[in-house]
Amino acid sequence: MPIQKDNYTRLLHSIAYVVIIGLSVACLLPFLLIISASLTSNESIIRDGYHLIPGQFSLEGYKTVFIFPQEVLRAYAVTACATVIGTTMGLFFMTMAGYVLARKDFKYRNGCAFYIYFTTLFGGGLVPWYIMITKYLGLLDSYAVLVLPGLMTPFLIILMKNFVKSAVPEELFDSGKIDGAGDFRIYWQIVLKLSMPGIATVGLFLALYYWNDWFTSSLFINDTHKYQLQFYLYNVINSAQFIAQMGAGTGVSLATEVPTESTKMAMAIVVTGPILLLYPFVQRYFVKGLTIGAVKG
Amino acid sequence: MFLMLLPTLIFFLINSYFPMIGIYYAFTQFDFNTSMFNAPFVGLQNFEFLWKSGTLVKLTMNTIGYNVAFIVLGNVLAICCAILLSELNGKWFKKISQSVLFLPYFVSFVILSVIVYNMFNYDSGFLNTMLLQLGLNPVDVYSKPWAWIFLIIIFYLWKNLGYSMVIYLAAITGISDEYYEAAKIDGANIFQRIWYITVPMLKSTFVVLLLFALGSIMKGQFDLFYQLIGNNGLLYNTTDILDTYVYRSLKVTFDVGMATAAGVYQSLFGFILIMTVNYIIRKINDDYALF
Repeated sequence: MPIQKDNYTRLLHSIAYVVIIGLSVACLLPFLLIISASLTSNESIIRDGYHLIPGQFSLEGYKTVFIFPQEVLRAYAVTACATVIGTTMGLFFMTMAGYVLARKDFKYRNGCAFYIYFTTLFGGGLVPWYIMITKYLGLLDSYAVLVLPGLMTPFLIILMKNFVKSAVPEELFDSGKIDGAGDFRIYWQIVLKLSMPGIATVGLFLALYYWNDWFTSSLFINDTHKYQLQFYLYNVINSAQFIAQMGAGTGVSLATEVPTESTKMAMAIVVTGPILLLYPFVQRYFVKGLTIGAVKG
Repeated sequence: MFLMLLPTLIFFLINSYFPMIGIYYAFTQFDFNTSMFNAPFVGLQNFEFLWKSGTLVKLTMNTIGYNVAFIVLGNVLAICCAILLSELNGKWFKKISQSVLFLPYFVSFVILSVIVYNMFNYDSGFLNTMLLQLGLNPVDVYSKPWAWIFLIIIFYLWKNLGYSMVIYLAAITGISDEYYEAAKIDGANIFQRIWYITVPMLKSTFVVLLLFALGSIMKGQFDLFYQLIGNNGLLYNTTDILDTYVYRSLKVTFDVGMATAAGVYQSLFGFILIMTVNYIIRKINDDYALF
């Protein structure tokens, strides 16, 4: 029997289609603007401004970006390394912490959980943290600073703890123990395998943080060779000195050539590229992980 | 087991607890050449200056104001979209629109600043190109402080809609079909079913998200504000929040004592706020309390 649609349902469906399609267009439009601008010749942008459809098609924006590929590639490499190392290390420590906090027989469970949670309630603020890292840890201009400060967040640890709690039945801890497995072995061989969706979600959050991070560079890195990708882009957008710097680095003088409008946009596309390519695959996990976390309430 | 937790404990000790000692800088005239306890002690002078110059009041109003707008509008929009999307049947349409709405969450704030630049810069921005084509005069958005109140809120919604929508969608999926079928038999139309079943069932998700948001109400979306506004002094009156002020004091004006003082104020005020909110919630309904 075909489902009968009453007028109310039809009305709601039309509203839904209009709203959702409208918002989807609003979400996509900015991307189209950048893509279009990156494919437009610079003169055309200066003369007529940005359009949704390239006025005068040209690839010169991309060509300029890759005149000195080593600079872009270096920033890529820095960010990629920081993302891989940071995500791996952070995941290892955070899953371990989540597991320990999920174990009911760990005596200091509540104390430790509060110790971690308290840091979200109260902190020293940006400046003491900055002084700590630069003056006392001496991490200014080091690669380590790109990885270390972002390694763990209380939010992700708590998320991880909840996942372990819901994914691994307590009896498994006991049976593992009876079979003579140590705590670490239970974690490594049982917990990690059973909480894969949780690990994927936390890992994605962490990787996204590292990939999109520009703030660390802006605070702690002066050496342009160590800039993260996003901060590199930020500088391209905001300063005309960038080409001069790039020229200085490679021994070529390009003082007359400031980054053109189309170059800026092409740069933005180059930086966003990997995310846009990975997005369809990554998004599924994200939605799944968030869904599991939210239904738990 | 303690050993397995140790890296985490040490991490937070260094990254979060040690800097708390640094709150002392707020009471000194610190500069980078002196060590911590050699800096001349000035008591509450830094706080006094921030208070008297009106900076603190303005920053607090902006920070809280924007956050309230983010929380209210963000949740309302996300709930509406989640409900509308959940009522539709087309599998492909649902999947694609969900992906599209989630996409902005993945791009960095630097890209967002590129987008804003592309749209609103005076000479070649998309907005002015359109206005010129329509025979109107171009607008210099970057010198209109009031416009940024809306722009910041709009771009916040743009970036976060997909994320919170997914959470609400998940909650809606969790509602048992039996409620809807019973209501259908009783003759409730689709609007009544949404209003009397879906909306009330989302309450607990909403409260949890609300509490988390309230907990960080003194922390602005630093990335969002800084990438959109940057160091454009023209716009500070309507767009400066505590985080951007602290960052600028540290990186641009090197006013360490003042920046620390503003940071301490932010932390302390936020802390008291959370404690109060939690206390009140505990009184009303214990289940919803954060801790």
